[in-house]
This record gives sequence, structure tokens and C-alpha cells, in this order.
Amino acid sequence: MTTLRTVLINRFQFILANRPHVLIGMVLVLIITLVVVIPFFQMVYDTAVWHEADRRISREAKPGEWTLFHYKRVFSSPLSRNIFYRPFVNSLTTSLAVSVLAMTIGALMAWLVVRTDMPLRKGIATFAVIPYVLPSYTLALAWLDFFKNERIGGATGLYQFLFGVSTPDWLAYGFVPIVITLSFHYYPFTYLLMSGALVSIDSSLEEAGEVLGAGRPTILKKITFPIVLPALISSFILTFSRAVGTFGTPYFLGAPVRYFTLSTTIYTNIVNRTPPVAYISTLVLILISMLIIYGNQRVIGSRSFVTIAGKGFRHRLTPLGRWKYPALAVLASILLLAVFIPLFLLTWQTLMLYPNDYSLGNLTLHYWIGKGQQALAEGESGILRNAQILAAAWNSVKLSVCVALLVGMFGIFIGYAVVKGRGTMLSSTLEQQSFLPYLIPSIAFGALYLSLFTRKIGPIPSLYGTFLLLVLVCMAKNLPFSARSGISSMLQVASELEESAIMVGASWLKRFRKIILPLTLAGSLSGFILAFIATMRELSLIILLVTPATRTLTTMTFRYVEQGYSQFADAIIMLIVVLVIGGEIVARKIGKREMI
Amino acid sequence: MALIEIENLTKHFGEVVAVDRLDLQIEAGEFLTLLGPSGCGKTTVLRMIAGLEIPDQGEIRVGGKKVFASREGIFVPPAKRGVGLVFQSYALWPHMNVFENVAFGLQIQKQEKKDLAERVDSTLNYMRLEGLGQRYPQQLSGGQQQRVALARMLVTQPAIFLMDEPLSNLDAKLRMEMRAEIKRLHRESKATTVYVTHDQNEALTMSTKVAVMNKGVLQQVAPPQEIYKRPSNLFVADFIGSPTINLIPGRIVKKTEGVFFEGTPLFIPIPFLGDCINRKVVGALRPEDIRICTEAQAGSVSARIYAILPAGSEVILQARTGDLTLSIRKMGETSLDVGDEVHLLFSLESILLYDQESGALLYPLG
Repeated sequence: MTTLRTVLINRFQFILANRPHVLIGMVLVLIITLVVVIPFFQMVYDTAVWHEADRRISREAKPGEWTLFHYKRVFSSPLSRNIFYRPFVNSLTTSLAVSVLAMTIGALMAWLVVRTDMPLRKGIATFAVIPYVLPSYTLALAWLDFFKNERIGGATGLYQFLFGVSTPDWLAYGFVPIVITLSFHYYPFTYLLMSGALVSIDSSLEEAGEVLGAGRPTILKKITFPIVLPALISSFILTFSRAVGTFGTPYFLGAPVRYFTLSTTIYTNIVNRTPPVAYISTLVLILISMLIIYGNQRVIGSRSFVTIAGKGFRHRLTPLGRWKYPALAVLASILLLAVFIPLFLLTWQTLMLYPNDYSLGNLTLHYWIGKGQQALAEGESGILRNAQILAAAWNSVKLSVCVALLVGMFGIFIGYAVVKGRGTMLSSTLEQQSFLPYLIPSIAFGALYLSLFTRKIGPIPSLYGTFLLLVLVCMAKNLPFSARSGISSMLQVASELEESAIMVGASWLKRFRKIILPLTLAGSLSGFILAFIATMRELSLIILLVTPATRTLTTMTFRYVEQGYSQFADAIIMLIVVLVIGGEIVARKIGKREMI
Repeated sequence: MALIEIENLTKHFGEVVAVDRLDLQIEAGEFLTLLGPSGCGKTTVLRMIAGLEIPDQGEIRVGGKKVFASREGIFVPPAKRGVGLVFQSYALWPHMNVFENVAFGLQIQKQEKKDLAERVDSTLNYMRLEGLGQRYPQQLSGGQQQRVALARMLVTQPAIFLMDEPLSNLDAKLRMEMRAEIKRLHRESKATTVYVTHDQNEALTMSTKVAVMNKGVLQQVAPPQEIYKRPSNLFVADFIGSPTINLIPGRIVKKTEGVFFEGTPLFIPIPFLGDCINRKVVGALRPEDIRICTEAQAGSVSARIYAILPAGSEVILQARTGDLTLSIRKMGETSLDVGDEVHLLFSLESILLYDQESGALLYPLG
């Protein structure tokens, strides 16, 4: 007899055996709900109720009750212009300018490195990602080392030392330096995504155009460009949302001239204990990002290009002719400005016994390996023999590896569930959900976790002060990028490749290990590396969650910057740079072996 | 009992009906081709037999055992159906070499290492891929990739071969070669083969039986000769044959002398056709069933040569009479020229009559 029960059991077995992505998708949706959606709604709730702290600013405050007070304060009060409208405009203009500049640099670099016969392509490729390795505010500090004027007191920069005139404000602080330093920091997003897309294009697609008599510009415009368009749009989203949510650079370069962006007002509002104001600014940022993503979905939604189809593909390089060396010169000078000069400047700083003395006699290794001396930096010893700093370094490495592994696996699973389920509700829910963390700026994300996890929630004990909380917040925040790279690398794998393994009875685990993982690893590896690097240099996300026991290198740097010990701060940054570059070299080695 | 029995099989993709209440029996040892224009549902049927697609409704039995039954919720996973599948894109794993691609299925079945290597090697030899085991798919020609795909299917010795347009990515010469190869496989292995193609030549030359589909509905299942000679409806008649069958609109009339098909330019006596009198019908005649003669004869129709398309051993002529353009196949060569006045003689015993409205075959019956 066939009963409803046996039918249901059979259906369930079918799903288990043949549609594992449905199950995986549901588990992922649940996890993301826990780490992202719930904190988000907590935040929205917090903007709409009175808080204990509001008694300071309003006599009507009734803690715990609903109110629109915070919204009125932000949008239509005498304060609005300063706490909202000006930062809002500043955020939009800087982020747009950064996106345009960073994407131009990244796309140009990717094309030249992947698809042309430019000399030294390997060398350029090796260094191209390094700017992203540096914590974003490092470039800002290097900028200050060079351009700083008397405005904020303390030692002035190399510019004044060299030219003997004071740096104009517009060059030292505000819009111009923020856009330039952030563009040099963020162009690797575009570079990585674009080179990934360009590598996967079969040259015959372009040759097909060539055969039809299309010239090189036409081929670029009509064939290459449309195929890489999804990658380009992803780059824009990544760059824009990161730029709009970054806090270090606009803080260091903007605050001295009271040039605030939404992200820096979010920080100051949280530090000043008016979180609702910060959360409302956050909601506005979310709205901006949502509009962009909505646009993206409309453009990209129906496009998916399967370019690995179980058949071979080839590459052909475009000859540059007499443009070979000019192209190389342009890329080399970009790398010089984005990597070598700042790093040199920073290194020099760590070797200067007294600031602002650029003579050779002032050079010392004291801040690296010196024993503590009462006369210098309150007797702290050099960073390589400083137990606190070494413990922080270990924490940073541990955190970054954990997060990168977790997030890399998550990315592949998300890619699998989304791509296999294309067209279903679950798939689009998961895809949209995995983007949510982008909508929440790091600094606000940290604040959310702070408010949510300092107390016991159901069976979950208070996680504040634990390493786990740092892993959780970094994982959640890095989800979108790994999801993106997971999805796009999964899109490149034709579904027949898995189906032919199903035909011979390979279990899902086997298929995943033997087919899906090897084929997506190369694509997901960039996600893995970026998660590692991002965590290694993460500051704004964890600054509010770190306790002395869980200190990381970045929070140590921040401490030293605030105390004015730029030698220590710069030395730790150099340490971070070394660790991260080391991690990337290892990841690249693994990647090469796995990919034949 | 047929080896594969399909009953009332239905599959929707969203609003689109991909396969509509399909019934099909496939005998053991048969080479059955699912033929139809793209989007007709033939690949979906194959994928449902394979178990890669779950039908909305219906039942599939393989060797008497239910592998899918919607009413009972039975679903047997692909690997337990004793079928092997070759994909249109070959779907070779790019990160594995030829040997690993072919060995994968055996590894899943937990074959002994020594045994495994032997079987893989003998399969590679059988598919004439000696010495290519260490190459990666990207390093092979299209024909070689195809052979690897076939080897990968063969190595696990399935009782049923399923092939989804396996030759569509090959050039004409290779395609001929691979047709012969696949026929050899079928003959030597005696495996029941279900083959999907949109290429009627492929279907007619390779199959023991052809199943023509259109818009998810099965039109006719018959041996290739019968599909060609007696298409069971207008769609099949029009779809099969190159150049396409000549269609001559007309009606059935009753005169004192008997019953006739009256079309321009034909007037043919036919045996009594029940209640078809005065019905609008379409007469269909293959190009080789029309002869050209230079002199008028009893029953001949005059026409003018419109185009001449020589094709080596034969020549296709198009002739116009009234509003009608007819294709004529003539063996050898022709001395005629475009514009020449000719007389056409029809092989009346070959004519097929279809109901214009329903498209169903009216004559000859049975």
C-alpha cells in the first residue's frame, strides 16, 4: 500500500540524494539569519525606542518605549546639517570618486596583465594585490607622514622638510587625499575580479568576432566587455560599499579639517554614546547599498556565462606593439605610489629615533628589537621582544586563518546552493541574505555585536571578550565577498560536470570533494585570500569588541597611533604586512598545486 | 515486456509543459532515437530516464522495476538504474586526466586497484585512446574528447546507454566516423540505447526505432523506414525528409466513378474513405515519388523548372505549377534548365493524405 507517509519519505530521500543544495541552502539561510539578520533587526529596533542614555538629551525619554525622537533629531533638527546632511554628501562623493578611480586602475591592470604581451606581467601580478594588504588607514598615515602640516600639531611631514613651505590644507586633508589613498587601497577588488573573468574567457569567443571583421576596439566593446560586465559590476559594488563603510582613512584625513563622512559620524556617535544616531546613519548607508544592489540584480540577474564546459579553452595574448613600455611604465608608477613609496616611508619612520629628523645618523633599530629605555616611549621595548605585541600577533594570525577557512568554505557552499537552485525562492533568498553584511558598515556591525552579545541570549552565554565573538563578527562581515566569489566560480562550472558524477553513483560528499571543490577552488581562493587579508588588517569591525585578552595587531597599532608613537605603530603595520604577504604566498602555492 | 516502460510521463518547467503525458516502450537491445526540433522535450525525457530530472507525474520502469512512480513517490537514484549517460558537452572533468576521468566511476564502485587499471586500459584501447591516459581533456581533439566521454560511460558496463546529442559538437567528417563508432558500440555491447538528436539523418541512419516528438508530445514511434514512408501525421511528414515532403492542399470529393482526392494540380482516385467526403485534406508526396518527363502523358501535369540543385549523385529540381512549388529528386544528372517546361508524373501509390485540421493520416490506413 502506498500511503502519504511513504510518499513523503521517498520525496525526502530524493531531496537528500539528488537535491542536496536545497538542504544546504536551508542550513545556510538559518546561519546567516542568526549572525546577520537578527543583529540587523536589533539595530532597527534600537533606532525606534528610548534608551537609558537618552535621559541626558531629552526630558520626555521613557526608556523601552517606542519613539520617533531619534529620527527627528537626525533628519529635521538644527543639528541635522552637521550630523547628517553634510556627512551624507561627503560619503557619496568620496565613495563615487573612489569607485571610478579604483575601477579604472584595477580594470586596466587586469587587462594588461592577463590579456596582453606587456613585459614583466608576472612581476606586476605579484605586486598588484599588495595595496589591499595594507590596512586602509596605513596609506592615510603614510600620506600624513609626507604631507602633514602644522594644523594638528606635532611633527610636520616630509613635504615641508623638503620644500620648506607648509602643505595646503586641501592637499593634506579632506576629499583629495581620502579619494587618492582609498583608490590605491581598493583597486585590487576590480583587479582580482576582472582578471578572474578575463582568464576564463575562451579566446575563440574573441576570435569569432575577429573573423567577422571586427576591429580590436569593437571586439573589446562588443564581446570582451559584455562578458566581463558582471565582474565589473561586482567590482563596483564591492568598492563602493567598502569605501562608504570604511572609517580609518576618512577619520585620520578628514577629522582634522572637520570633513566628516557617514562612517566617521557613526564611529563618533557610538563613542559619544548616542548609538541611535549612528544606527540611523547606518540605515541610510544600507539604503544606498540596497539601491546599488537592486540595480545590479536587474542588470546581471538573467546573465550567466558558462565558460568552463568540460571542453578545453585557450588564450591568446593581444600584442601591444609600441605601447608595451608606456603601459608598463604606467603600471609601475601606480605600484610605486600605492606600495613602495608608502612602505618605504613607513619603514623609515620605524627606524627614526626622533621624529622629523631625516638624517642618517637618526636611524636606529630600537623600535624593533631594542630593550625598553625610560627616555623613549615610556620604556616599552621593541616590538619583536614585546610579549604583548607577540601575543597580539598570534591572535591576529589565529583569527585570520579561522575566518578565512570558515568563510572560504561558506562561500563555496553558498555558491553551490545558489547556483544549483537558480530560479527558486531559496536560492534568491540566500543570495540576497549573504549580501546583507555589506549593507552594514564595519563599525556599526561591531557595535551591534557589542550590544547583542554582552548579554546571555537563550542558551548562548555572553560571548563578549571571547575569541569566538571576533571569529563570528569577522566571518559574518566577510560573507558577501566569499559568497560572490563562490557564486561566480560555481557559475563557471557546467552542471553536467556534477551530473556525470551522479550518473556513476558518486555520493554528494564525493562529488563535492572530487569535482566541485577542485573546480571552484581556484576561484574561491581569491575569496579565501581576501578574507585572510581583510581580517588581518581589520580594525573598525573589532575595535569595539576586543579586550586585553583578545587584542590583535591592528588594535595595538591604533593604540600606539593615539598615543603618538608613530614608530611603534608603523613597525606593527610592517609586521602585519609581512604576515599577510607570507599568508598570500602560501595560499598561492597551494592554489597552484591544486590547479594542476 | 519492454525493457524501459514509460507511462503518462509529464514534466513542467514553470508554466511550460516540457513533456506531456508521454507513453513509450523501449525493447531490450533496441536503438531508439528521440527526434524533434529543439525545445521539443526530448532531452528532458532522456534526463528523466537517467534520473537527473524528477518528473511531475507518471511512471518509469526499467526491467520491470519501478525507478520512478509519482503516485508512490518512488525515485531510484541514477546510479542504481543501470544506465550510462553521454552529455552533449561531454562534461569531461577538466581537472582530471583521461585515465582518471574514466576510472572515476569504478573508484566509486570500489574496484580493486589492479582490476580497475586493467578495465580502464582495456576500455581506452577499445575506444582507440591508447597512450592518451595521461592527457587532460583540454589537450584532446573534439573527436578524442567524445571517445573519452563514451569510454567513461562504457567502463561501468551499464545495460542502457543514454546519449544526449553526442555528435552535435563535431565536424561533419568526424560525425560520420563517430556514427559508425556508436553503431559498432551498440552492436557489440547489445546494450539498449536511447539517443537524442535533432538531426533526422542521424536518427534515420542509426536507429532501429525513431520516436518523433514535438512540443512535449510524442508524435510517432516506428522503425526509420516507416517513419519516412508512412509518417503518422502532418508534423512528422513535414519534419522528416530533406528536401521536405511536397504538400498539396485539396479535398476529398465523391463522383459517380468513385472517391477522389482533388487538389491542384492532382486528381487521384482513392479507395472509399468512410465519412471523409468533402473534407479538406493535404496530399503529401516525397520528392522521389515525382518523375519528370518531357512529353505530356496520361495523368501528367505541366510545370516550369524553377531551380536546379545538383548534389553529386542526385539532383533536386524545383518546379512550379500554379501556386505550388514541388521538389523532385532525380538520380544522376539533368540536362534541363531553369525555365524549361516539363511534365510531372506522380507515383500515386505513394501518396499520403492527411486531415488538414487535425493533421492525422487518413490514407493509406493500417
